[in-house]
Amino acid sequence: MRSGSMQYVIIGNSITSVGCIESIRKHDTTGAITVIGEENHPIYARPLISYLLQGKTDEQKMTYRDEEFYQKHGVQVLTGRRVEKIEVEGQLLRLDDGSSMQYDKLLIATGSLPFIPPMKNLEEVEHRHTFLSLSDAKELEAELQPSSRVLIIGAGLIGLKCAEGILERVQSVTVVDLADRILSSILDEEGSARVQTHLEQIGIRFHLGDSVCEFCGQEALLTSGKVVGFDILVLAVGVKPNIALAKDAGLAVNKGILIDQACRTSNPHIWAGGDCSEGWELLSGERRNLALLPNAYMQGETAGYSMAENEQRFENAIAMNAIGFFGLHIITAGIYQGEDLCFATEKGYKRLFIKDDHLVGCILIGDQVARGGIYTNLIRSRTDLRTLDFAMISEQPALMAFAQKVRSEQLGRAQ
Amino acid sequence: MKKIYVNEQWCLACHLCEYYCAYANSGLSDMVQALKDKPLHPRIQVEQRGTVSFAVNCRHCSEPLCLKSCIAGAITEKDGLIVIDQDKCVGCYSCIMACPYGALMPSESGVMQKCELCATNSHGLPVCVQGCPNQAIVYEER
Amino acid sequence: MKADESKCVNCHRCVSLCPTRALKIVKTDHTFKENANWKGEVIQDIYRQAESGGVLLASMGTPKDYPVYWDKMLVNASQVTNPSIDPLREPMETRTYLGQKESVIKRDANGKIITKTAPQLKLEIPIMFSAMSYGSISYNAHKSLALAAQELGIYYNTGEGGLHEDFYQYGKNTIVQVASGRFGVHPGYLNAGAAIEIKMGQGAKPGIGGHLPGSKIGEDISKTRMIPLHSDAISPAPHHDIYSIEDLRQLVFALKEATAYTKPIIVKVAAVHNISAIASGIARSGADIIAIDGFRGGTGAAPARTRDNVGIPIELALASVDERLRQEGIRGNVSLVVGGSIRSSSDVLKAIALGADAVYVATSALIALGCHLCRTCHSGKCNWGIATQNPELVKRLNPEVGSERLVNLITAWNHELKEMMGGMGINSIEALRGNRLMLRGIGLHETELNILGIKHAGA
Repeated sequence: MRSGSMQYVIIGNSITSVGCIESIRKHDTTGAITVIGEENHPIYARPLISYLLQGKTDEQKMTYRDEEFYQKHGVQVLTGRRVEKIEVEGQLLRLDDGSSMQYDKLLIATGSLPFIPPMKNLEEVEHRHTFLSLSDAKELEAELQPSSRVLIIGAGLIGLKCAEGILERVQSVTVVDLADRILSSILDEEGSARVQTHLEQIGIRFHLGDSVCEFCGQEALLTSGKVVGFDILVLAVGVKPNIALAKDAGLAVNKGILIDQACRTSNPHIWAGGDCSEGWELLSGERRNLALLPNAYMQGETAGYSMAENEQRFENAIAMNAIGFFGLHIITAGIYQGEDLCFATEKGYKRLFIKDDHLVGCILIGDQVARGGIYTNLIRSRTDLRTLDFAMISEQPALMAFAQKVRSEQLGRAQ
Repeated sequence: MKKIYVNEQWCLACHLCEYYCAYANSGLSDMVQALKDKPLHPRIQVEQRGTVSFAVNCRHCSEPLCLKSCIAGAITEKDGLIVIDQDKCVGCYSCIMACPYGALMPSESGVMQKCELCATNSHGLPVCVQGCPNQAIVYEER
Repeated sequence: MKADESKCVNCHRCVSLCPTRALKIVKTDHTFKENANWKGEVIQDIYRQAESGGVLLASMGTPKDYPVYWDKMLVNASQVTNPSIDPLREPMETRTYLGQKESVIKRDANGKIITKTAPQLKLEIPIMFSAMSYGSISYNAHKSLALAAQELGIYYNTGEGGLHEDFYQYGKNTIVQVASGRFGVHPGYLNAGAAIEIKMGQGAKPGIGGHLPGSKIGEDISKTRMIPLHSDAISPAPHHDIYSIEDLRQLVFALKEATAYTKPIIVKVAAVHNISAIASGIARSGADIIAIDGFRGGTGAAPARTRDNVGIPIELALASVDERLRQEGIRGNVSLVVGGSIRSSSDVLKAIALGADAVYVATSALIALGCHLCRTCHSGKCNWGIATQNPELVKRLNPEVGSERLVNLITAWNHELKEMMGGMGINSIEALRGNRLMLRGIGLHETELNILGIKHAGA
């Protein structure tokens, strides 16, 4: 156990911070932890904002940890406060209210910011929203009318979740994306097509391989020449790591803040994790910005262990997504390289990617998602496929495919 | 902590654990009423192939990937027991994506469910274990 | 859901497992044109034999309606003139020792008693599991018995199937059997157990041998029995080296030699007409214990006619043997163990009061393991994983579950035994043994009462 004098400071008040706080407290019950968050909310489950609009959750249920979380973990929280500058020399933070704060160990978990490509006359669009935070969602919700025509720029995870969240509450939802298919970052062509068909059947309109040339009042002129009328505009093209503070402090950055497997930055007193960071990805062997919730938690957790001087390495980060639209569920993981195996049914689709006797990626849609974690685990654990009955497991994820000895270890030993 | 463990050697693939589980979590005191003419949604599932069979349910991992992956903060750990708050769950399938054992599944209502060792229902002790005729699943400290 | 009535053997597997108790088995209303002489089963047997031309095989003990003398004896209790004992508050001894007892006290020159007792079996409860071979019952059934015997401080018996190498660890609670086929007998085997039993006969099939078909001689069993794979295991009807008590004595002492006189030798015989004379001979053969198996005893497979018609009830055999050995003054030479349908603790109590030192149980033990007496052991398809070698069926009996149930059963019987003994004002097996004053007959005629050596109730 460490002495009580340790000062842990966390910039950002979201998933990464929770992971960090929980792991620090497993080893250091006395050090002071301070969280500085710009938003005026307690920690909430950010990806739930679309479910909030859909009415599947409410603000109360959206809290990511219970009310006593901070108190139970002995955390001091400053909400609505922004860090203006990190002075690495003096291990000092300058805050927006003019105050300053000393840190022994600092975690930067500033997340991401919406990425907005330049579009002509965008500033003139009156009802214009991004869709990343609870405030974004509430502002958007305040404008929704049954008669609203909504235009969403971006057919990625954020744009489509937004579309799902509001579809029932507005007259129409139209999605425009530069890519020629939806969810192009996580699906293959067949997968995109299936999900698109499903969404179109429910009533979402798409203009793909297209982009906004210019906004003209309540109309968007597309490159293809089409004109889309709208009342509300949602910008969901993507996100970019929020690295301004780190960059300013002189930390090594690329697209995100560069971190090692213990989530340490180039400065020995500073750690980073979550959407703002770029850590080692297992399959590529390169540093990647993986703006995904499980990754955010685990990086925060890893940083926390390291900060509390109980270093553990997070070495099996991979891209993985679970997402669903109107009852059609999708699980994807890893990279889409190597040989592939395809299984298609009327209600589902599966594609597995195998490279050098290892599973490196999977796409599971519809009735193929059940027990999908067995596949992601094969990817994350770099299991040699020759050690199991791959014909069987490729057909259906099952523990039966493992050698009896492995299985008895899995099911018979305390995990 | 006491957990459920599987003795594959003794599993007879009778699937009784599934029935007992569905009953235990039905909230009803009569098994017939709980299960008759209804689709079964057990939190424990038997895998079977030829003469080999075994039941799979939540391992209550000490490093629970489901908890770390839950986007709603609906999965929590208390004294080693991993529980899911179905009220908070929005059914996003992140836990299904994460669980290496395939031990979570959607409930009848679409939100996720998992074995909570009957600690969160009226039975208190795992009913599947009590109902297993051959001690192929046991509830013990290991 | 459909069931094939013709295949149902009424094993109750389905009934027992149904979580909502929604199943019951009903007797078919199909009948033959029966009469008091030509009963349905008699007719059925004739059809079966007319079809097969073979000996009818049957399993478990005879189902025929012969008198059960246990049920015709009543037990005494203390009232007023002698105090009864509460086993929950006062010591109650059910430990007993089997083996030759010294008849004279010897002293050395200084007058100190020379204690040189013959080897004994120490039983915490006067009940043992009688012989069932690995082959007739499954590995898991055998293991259940071994585990239970170990926990209870009693013994189980290998039968004539040898001892599987996995079970040598339970040797302290094992009786190893030497039968007419000599299957699996070697020096290591003889020395592995706590006692050796020479099987001369079995209650369910006195006078005949045994036959385990080659189909059941799998790898494990072939190794354990020391016979070739898939060869029939035939136990001859007699031991071909024993045609007299003198011959028997030779085998008894051969076995004692082989085990350096450290283990008691049991001679097991079926209860037949001249059982008391036979027992007298055995008691003089050097054997330490005589085990007598009554004609209601069970079996995995026996010719039905033999099982149902040969031998005599154990109660009468026991009473006459005990009486004969006493009269001849050689009762102390041997201990008496009786078996052949001991169904409850009161049967145990009555057996000891009639003169037994301990009892053998098998059918009751199998029932505790799940057997529902469907009496089709000889089919090899035991649904409870007991009388089968089919791995899928054997798997149905987890020895952990099985042994626990056996321990429960025998422990329960022991409680009851103590309670009834206490009621009589008796606090040890010693004081109960042969105490026929504690028994009264009910509805028995003079000859039966004379043989049993008891008075009629009221007398």
